[in-house]
Amino acid sequence: MKVVDARGLSCPQPVVLTKKSLEEGELPFVVFVDTDASKENVTRFVRSRSLSCTVQENADGSANITVGK
Amino acid sequence: MKYFFASRIGIIGAGAIIGTIAALLQYAGNPANMGICVACFLRDIAGALGLHRAGVVQYLRPEIIGMFGGAFIAALLFKDFRPSGGSSPIVRFFLGMLAMFGALVFLGCPWRAVLRLAGGDANALFGIIGLVAGISIGIFFLTRGYSLGKKQPLSKKAGWLLPVFWGVLLLLLIFQVKPLETGALFFSASGPGSLHPAVWLSLLAGLAIGIIAQRSRFCSVGAIRDAVLVKDFHLFSGLLAFLGAALVWNLLLGQFRLGFEGQPIAHTDSLWNALGMVLAGMAFVLAGGCPGRQVFLSGEGDMDAAVFVMGMLVGAGLAHNFGVAASPGGVTLAGQVTVILGIIICLILGFTNLRGGETR
Repeated sequence: MKVVDARGLSCPQPVVLTKKSLEEGELPFVVFVDTDASKENVTRFVRSRSLSCTVQENADGSANITVGK
Repeated sequence: MKYFFASRIGIIGAGAIIGTIAALLQYAGNPANMGICVACFLRDIAGALGLHRAGVVQYLRPEIIGMFGGAFIAALLFKDFRPSGGSSPIVRFFLGMLAMFGALVFLGCPWRAVLRLAGGDANALFGIIGLVAGISIGIFFLTRGYSLGKKQPLSKKAGWLLPVFWGVLLLLLIFQVKPLETGALFFSASGPGSLHPAVWLSLLAGLAIGIIAQRSRFCSVGAIRDAVLVKDFHLFSGLLAFLGAALVWNLLLGQFRLGFEGQPIAHTDSLWNALGMVLAGMAFVLAGGCPGRQVFLSGEGDMDAAVFVMGMLVGAGLAHNFGVAASPGGVTLAGQVTVILGIIICLILGFTNLRGGETR
């Protein structure tokens, strides 16, 4: 599965990278984020496009967001 | 509860509360249409520290200390405190300086642009038009791969520096420290810097704003950016609530006066009101958020956001020392030249930080 590593990036780059991957059309893919703000932004964006996503929270506060399927 | 303020109703509530606090701070003594202005208040702090000697805008504004402290406390409580840094710090420092130059030509940060509108100052419309334009130019770069690079996680313990910095400033203020008779701290005897409520009231207001904003991710520039970029109106609804609440309170408290002429701490030069905010808007987007958001992020341990804030502080000093800052009398030639050069520098920073696929 394709990986978008958005850890360490400022707003709104995680969303921009997610958007770019959606436009490339290959589903599902996974987005790595490392702040709650990025997690909220990416999941809100994905759901606004009527796609599902599942969030797996990691112990260090980062999260893996699996988009679509 | 942890995510209440991140919901749609939460961000609207956050905007409404912050707008209310801003209008009430004006009622309690802050300058007109300046209940909260991150740019103006950082400028006043720069003045209090003697980084500039503009006698009418010197006060160690406790709101900013409170906003940082509130975000810091909320981040600790909700496990959002994650020190990190190292994403082009010096570029962010210059973006902070440039954002301050633009904001001081308009006379306000994006928050104050909205508060000026809520007070009936129609000149703010041109500032907001400029802000939207500047943000749109920033988006042009974002969609083409603009990035200042990844920040690196730091040890939790490495996050002590900023809380101590703001804590020391608070102590300087409380004890009115003035080691040299003619030296800092400086406090305005007249003008906007002399207008403020009691320290504890400003501090409490700032703390409340910091906590709410940290939880809700309230961001005035992100609001417009997300609306334009991905048609996401989440943050925008918070910004509208901020405007609406301040407007209602201003009407109730008799703080609303519609017009262009004679507005408090404002000038009527529409072109430069707009262009100043074009510059500020570009710099904010290229750095990732409005000045308030940068303060809150620094409270979460984001050292890069803290560098941006320090850039604003230094920029405020330079802006007044070199006559870049506007006044109610109008915009100076130095201000006009600086805004044009600043826009050019932001464009160059945008083009030179396109990374294509590198951020993947």
